[in-house]
Amino acid sequence: MAQPLLQVRDLRIEIPTRKKVLTAIDGVSFDVADGEILGVVGESGAGKSLTGAAIIGLLDPPLRIAGGEIILEGQRIDNLSYARMRRIRGKKIGAIFQDPLTSLNPLFTVGRQLVETILTHVDITPTKARERAIELLREVGIPAAERRVDSYPHQFSGGMRQRVVIALALCANPRLIIADEPTTALDVSIQAQILALLKRLTREHGTAVMLVTHDMGVIAETANRVAVMYAGRIAEIGPVREVVKHPRHPYTRGLMGAIPAMGHDVEQLNQIDGSMPRLDSIPPGCAFNPRCPHAFERCYRDQPVLLDAGPTRAACWLYDKEMVEAVNG
Amino acid sequence: MAERARSDRPGAGTPSAAADMPLVRVTDLARYFDVSKPWLNRVLEREPRQVLRAVDGVSFDIPRGKTFSLVGESGCGKSTVARTVVGLYRPTKGQVFFEGREISRFDSRQEMRPYRSRIQMIFQDPYASLNPRWRVKDIIAEPIRAEGKLSGKAVDARVGALLKQVKLSPSDGMKYPHEFSGGQRQRISIARALASEAEFLVCDEPTSALDVSVQAQILNLMKDLQRQLSLTYLFISHNLAVVYHVSDWVGVMYLGRLVEWAEKRTLFRYPRHPYTRMLLDTIPDIDMTGRERAPVAGEVPNPINPPSGCPFHPRCPHANDRCKAELPRSLPTPEGAHVACHAVEEGRLPAEKRDYAVPKMGA
Amino acid sequence: MSSEQQHYEPERANAAMIEADLATADEVRALSRWRRAWDSDVAYSFRRSPIAMISSAVALIFILGAVFAPLIAPQNPFDPGSLNLMDGFTAPLEPNAFTGNTFIMGTDDQGRDIFSTILYGSRVSLMVGFAGVVFAMVLGTILGLTAGYLGGWVDAVIMRIADIQLSFPSILIALLIFGVGKALLPREMQDELAIYVLVLAIGLSGWVQFARTVRGTTLVEKSKEYVQAARLIGLHPMLIMLRHVLPNTLGPVLVIATISLALAVITEATLSFLGVGVPPTQPSLGTLIRIGQDFLFSGEWWITLFPSLALVTLALSVNLLGDWLRDALNPKLR
Repeated sequence: MAQPLLQVRDLRIEIPTRKKVLTAIDGVSFDVADGEILGVVGESGAGKSLTGAAIIGLLDPPLRIAGGEIILEGQRIDNLSYARMRRIRGKKIGAIFQDPLTSLNPLFTVGRQLVETILTHVDITPTKARERAIELLREVGIPAAERRVDSYPHQFSGGMRQRVVIALALCANPRLIIADEPTTALDVSIQAQILALLKRLTREHGTAVMLVTHDMGVIAETANRVAVMYAGRIAEIGPVREVVKHPRHPYTRGLMGAIPAMGHDVEQLNQIDGSMPRLDSIPPGCAFNPRCPHAFERCYRDQPVLLDAGPTRAACWLYDKEMVEAVNG
Repeated sequence: MAERARSDRPGAGTPSAAADMPLVRVTDLARYFDVSKPWLNRVLEREPRQVLRAVDGVSFDIPRGKTFSLVGESGCGKSTVARTVVGLYRPTKGQVFFEGREISRFDSRQEMRPYRSRIQMIFQDPYASLNPRWRVKDIIAEPIRAEGKLSGKAVDARVGALLKQVKLSPSDGMKYPHEFSGGQRQRISIARALASEAEFLVCDEPTSALDVSVQAQILNLMKDLQRQLSLTYLFISHNLAVVYHVSDWVGVMYLGRLVEWAEKRTLFRYPRHPYTRMLLDTIPDIDMTGRERAPVAGEVPNPINPPSGCPFHPRCPHANDRCKAELPRSLPTPEGAHVACHAVEEGRLPAEKRDYAVPKMGA
Repeated sequence: MSSEQQHYEPERANAAMIEADLATADEVRALSRWRRAWDSDVAYSFRRSPIAMISSAVALIFILGAVFAPLIAPQNPFDPGSLNLMDGFTAPLEPNAFTGNTFIMGTDDQGRDIFSTILYGSRVSLMVGFAGVVFAMVLGTILGLTAGYLGGWVDAVIMRIADIQLSFPSILIALLIFGVGKALLPREMQDELAIYVLVLAIGLSGWVQFARTVRGTTLVEKSKEYVQAARLIGLHPMLIMLRHVLPNTLGPVLVIATISLALAVITEATLSFLGVGVPPTQPSLGTLIRIGQDFLFSGEWWITLFPSLALVTLALSVNLLGDWLRDALNPKLR
């Protein structure tokens, strides 16, 4: 089995506050293989954006990585200096954020921003860089690219701007793209276009994508595998089809049941009572135990690790083989 | 269905409150905004006045006790319709009727008074819809105090009862809005709307800013309250799945016009208008049927300069010359829908049935 | 009319938000109001900032000194009967050649103890400063609120007046108003009413800052949904302005008021220095500086230096306090 492109091992992110130190991400581990699209889904406060920010090295202090490792292409990147991380960012890891308006500098033309990024990471002449920029704009579907390359960001519509951001992320040919809610601010019809574009381009360039979003529908359509996060931990991880259609973890089950879908004629949606715990009040053991219909004593004591649950892995003591065997026979 | 004693409400019990008349009727509603540059700039740059026709000729009915949803993408004008119906904007053209009486053109607040408390709104942003400097109990009590019928302890008791009704605790009244999560704030907004004994609630994307599990709680709550209190909802959303779940009737808007409206099942299973069909095709496939989303042409054009004739014609695969020149009228179909499309009128567009996957959850 | 929809705003758990969450959770659990105030973000920021603590201590000392001047000052320098001309021109901390009295900061030509005159002078300066700021604050807030909420031509008129006034230096405006005031008043009442005219002058020259800020905040708050909800309750627009919008504009107003106080004190000092401020019977710090100026080059440096230092210290400490307050109240900087 080839070495995964990205390996995250036991990542811990802490926030020192006035009163005490809080753990925002607690022991998160996952891999991203070459060319695959991994979805990271969760509700607000689950920590999915923080994970992406940590990988790309954009954690704002006082947030800090307090433990674990992030390994890209066999090399540790979580402990690099700012200067060295800057070289990796853009060249090996690209980023797409939610708001295309703030991702692009309103003062410079689109072409200039693309050329600047290309020249930073690739050793070619400015003329060639500009050609490449125009070619990229064409690839992402901007009509009349030779003219639009000299337009300013505000002269594009939202969907077009997001295409430019994708071009910017791809211009130095990174191996991995972190996309944080890339289509959330867009209309549903544009969303479809952008996701199709992302899938096609990453397939053609062989780029892997870590797609962070709250929208399960986007994940179902776009990702190969998905990690469901809850209160700073991974609740379940596995192939998309399995997690979406046959969720194992009680939280994932509750989540899928809460999503309205067409053709589902139910009077009431399946609701999970309560809400995700705040960082200062995460219960001991499994973070989901106050809301879980299947919680038993071990859930209140020990924090679960990812256990094999068939085709997926779920951080839930219900899937502890020894325990299951003990109960059954 | 629980009946509340409405005999003491002004305007009730009149002949127009008959059961068959829709509670709310909107006819040819239009709302324009003047977005011209300041006079001096216009003179210097020789630019004409610019008018944004946010809503341009919308008509629909909302039956009592039912939920009517308006759905559409950005720039379609659904939020403007909501705000005009509820009374935050004055319509440029057209009328809004409530229980048979036109309420959109009152000249003073006095004239609106009998109806003001019966029509309320739930807003999209849970953070901006509550005054950060007021305690929750004062926020909820404000409509009660404005009505002037209760005072002192009676007001406190009613506030406590309302908080319980939205599944919060009466002691939450002493707190400030920032101490609550987004979902809880929406509950407080709902309690405030109920405090004025509203019968008709206009909900502008009430769950769009909430997490999925919180959304489920709020939608369930809204459905419960509708049953308990015979509420009527005008529900605005861009999320078709949510609209499917909550609505009885659905209207699809595009660039300020209503292109199709029908009973929910009719619209979703037998969509007639090309835009409705396109919209239904672009919804993410959460049931993983393997359906590829149809690639959609173009983006919504700028509402300030809409295309001539039918506003959808640049993106429509069935557009002909008549579509480019003439605005289609809204005409009834045999299934009871209303569609504004030349192709449908001319019989060029055959009916289609849409199927949706059965429930997805495994063992 | 937004061109893109705000569908979902993921609450990014940054440190500030988490702090705020913790703080509010604690607030709910806390027992008394004082404990909650002590624990709040603003108070915490205060405790952590040496500048804030020092500058507010200094300002407080001044204020207390001014309030209790009659009790603290060794001498009442404005009571001619208590003065001894022979005490004049005594250097600080040196006993007088004739009378043997020692004064901490020396005396001026009339035998007035500089320390006492500073205390009494600060009184006048601070009184005029406070009153002027309060006047400017009330006037500016009312006009700003009205302009922001009503918009249209009301807004245009008020803002154009403000713009015009801003193109003149505030000292000139104060001079103008003061001159006009003096000209209108009968001679006998001039001295008595000079203080009030001064307050009016400072207030009228300072309202614009408040008006602009309050107008800006009003415009922002007006578009927020809670104001629309208040409209839907059927309240009178004036009631909505006062009950809903005004409380939310007070934060920035407090910051400007603090910084304006420093400016008001300096404006008053300038006017008095120029000879057109307070009457000679109630000298303020500015008057003292002017009087001392005459003797600066003949060697009696202390007559000007100490009042000047006092003025600078007072203005600086109030300014720093205002700066800290602005940063402490700004949620984005936390």
